[in-house]
Amino acid sequence: MKLGDLAELAARNLREAVLRNSLTTLGISVGVASLVALLSLGVGLQQLVDRSVARAGLFDTISVRSRQSAPFGQPGGGRRNPRDAADLEPPRPLDDAARKEIAALPNVLEVNPEVRFTAEARREPVSELVMVSGMAESSQSSGMLDGLSGHFFSSPDAEEVIIQGDLAKRLVDLGQAPASLLGQEITLRFAQRQALPPPSEQASTDAPNQAVGPDEEAMGFSIVPSEKKFLVVGVTPTSDSGGGQVGLNNSGMYLPLAVAEKLQVVQQGDLREVSRSSGGEGTRYAALNIRASSPTAVAQIETRVTHMGFATFSLIDVTRNLRTFFAIFDMFLGIFGSLALAVASLGIINTLVMAILERRREIGVLKALGAADRDVRQLFFAEAGVMGLAGGLFGVLLGWVIGRAIQFATMIYLKRQGVNAPNIWSVPWWLVLGAIVFAVVVSLASGIYPASRAARLDPVEALRYE
Amino acid sequence: MCIGSPTRARNSAVKPLRVTLRSMNVSEAAASSNGFAIRAERVARHYRMGEALIRAVNEISLDVGSGEFLALLGASGSGKSTLLNLMAGLDRPSSGTILAMGRDLAAMSSEELAAHRNRTIGIVFQSFQLLPRMTLEENVELPLRLAEVPRVERPARVQEALERVGLAARTKHRPTELSGGEQQRAAIARALVNQPMILLADEPTGNLDTKTGEEIMSLIARIHWPPSGPGRTIVMVTHERALAERYADRIVTLSDGSISSEERLR
Repeated sequence: MKLGDLAELAARNLREAVLRNSLTTLGISVGVASLVALLSLGVGLQQLVDRSVARAGLFDTISVRSRQSAPFGQPGGGRRNPRDAADLEPPRPLDDAARKEIAALPNVLEVNPEVRFTAEARREPVSELVMVSGMAESSQSSGMLDGLSGHFFSSPDAEEVIIQGDLAKRLVDLGQAPASLLGQEITLRFAQRQALPPPSEQASTDAPNQAVGPDEEAMGFSIVPSEKKFLVVGVTPTSDSGGGQVGLNNSGMYLPLAVAEKLQVVQQGDLREVSRSSGGEGTRYAALNIRASSPTAVAQIETRVTHMGFATFSLIDVTRNLRTFFAIFDMFLGIFGSLALAVASLGIINTLVMAILERRREIGVLKALGAADRDVRQLFFAEAGVMGLAGGLFGVLLGWVIGRAIQFATMIYLKRQGVNAPNIWSVPWWLVLGAIVFAVVVSLASGIYPASRAARLDPVEALRYE
Repeated sequence: MCIGSPTRARNSAVKPLRVTLRSMNVSEAAASSNGFAIRAERVARHYRMGEALIRAVNEISLDVGSGEFLALLGASGSGKSTLLNLMAGLDRPSSGTILAMGRDLAAMSSEELAAHRNRTIGIVFQSFQLLPRMTLEENVELPLRLAEVPRVERPARVQEALERVGLAARTKHRPTELSGGEQQRAAIARALVNQPMILLADEPTGNLDTKTGEEIMSLIARIHWPPSGPGRTIVMVTHERALAERYADRIVTLSDGSISSEERLR
């Protein structure tokens, strides 16, 4: 029998016992709805986490340090194999040559030095101790500044500052909005390095306040307090909304990276650099931040940089674990969601077995008229498939409605708790398609036994059946 | 080979059936190789009921010529319906051979048997066996669906079949809205819609009153030998000797699964 005829006969048969078949289809719908609702919740939560991390630009960023520098929370550095031959060699300095070499690696978009220091932010009469970070031009498009009041730095060397919302709150007058800081000046007081002149010139020098470059620091440096005024051009919504590149988290203020570098501020590790005897060309960096072309390139870049003799750290490992967690979480949600569908499949079997009993004579007549076993089997499969398809479609719709209701209730609850309500609900197209296909497959699988039983009916016996 | 008498009463209003061997996918050589539409050779059908072996059909040998109208008579349980089911391919013999249009039914796969039931034979049952949920035209269309006849061709063929049995005006009616005689006529239309060469009828008048039974027999007689074109081979199971004598070319009487007598009438 042709597919069109099969579908037509199946639909006709289903219409004949409309109540029973509707209830069976409703059972499938409830199963699919529970599956869709639970998996949508899992997908929504995963997307929420992914969005938060991705917006902060953490997935595509690698932090690099010299192996001699303070490692990333573990002896010997972050991603490091103790049996590497590099372990036997003296640690390689993180200098200009290394920066250029890293920048030349495939899939590396940019390599920026990490500049991060503690300073006092003053706006009379208030002063606050804050963490200040240099911000690369590329951060403008990373999403970490979403919701920014004001604008990004007008130029890479503009003496401008972007302030985190919470800090801005503390710096403004009581009752004023954080954004009222825009266009005002903030004074930053920080520790600045000043090079020590060679011993012969030390006595005659009279320019102690001139900041100098690292080459001139070969003899060491002195630390002096320094102040500089910056124009506030941007205020971010909150400090906990993500900090952009690794090393920028939890900073209260951001300066253009080039400006931050020029300040010659004393950073963590500077004292260690003074006591270290290693050489290096040009500027030596405490840390470099690599921005990869995509998160998938991070692992490969990390490997290359590690082989170059540096310690690396990225959130790939963390996110990999996170993804594993969500995969398991989704699997469990899927299993629980499928339980209802499993129960519904028993309903399909029951309905079709009942249909065989009721339509025994009809099957006999069909066979007498020339229906092959295959035709009868396909007819019952088609009926199961139609129920599965209808149940799947309605179930997806039902699941979507349930999901919207949960999202709505969650939003109301969180708003009452004074928390911003994120979107925890997502029904991607693959879930819609997958749920419908799954419903049809489960229905067809449920139809195997009844269809085989119907196909095996002896036509002579079936025709005698009253 | 026995051929029905051309002098038999015919209804000129009934359209002639144009059945060709080609239309049934039957090679003429196979169909006419031995001149028989059906040939049964030492056919047996046994059932086991507990310890007992029931010999419903016990090594019957029987030839039905092409175009012959054969009546199978016998008491209840004599094996006539079982023999008819074997000829129809609804059942398989325990032993022996049944050739239909030159092909051995016992050697056919279940798919081939289904095709045989769909294209080579038409079956009419005592209890009509129309599907009550379908209209007449849908009932008659069923064999065409199973034969995968293109959808566009079906309405004309259904209409033609129903016109032939005088039910053209009742196409949208359901079987329950028809009389017994009308239902049997609809069943005959369904049996003939695929233009089979052989019509098997299992007590077609068994559920009808005498007058309606006569009408149905007249219809079957017209199908057996239409005004023009080749006639159909008909095997009819009945327990009404009078009807058999009036319409059949030959009467075979069964008793306890074996042929007890055979009469050639024409």
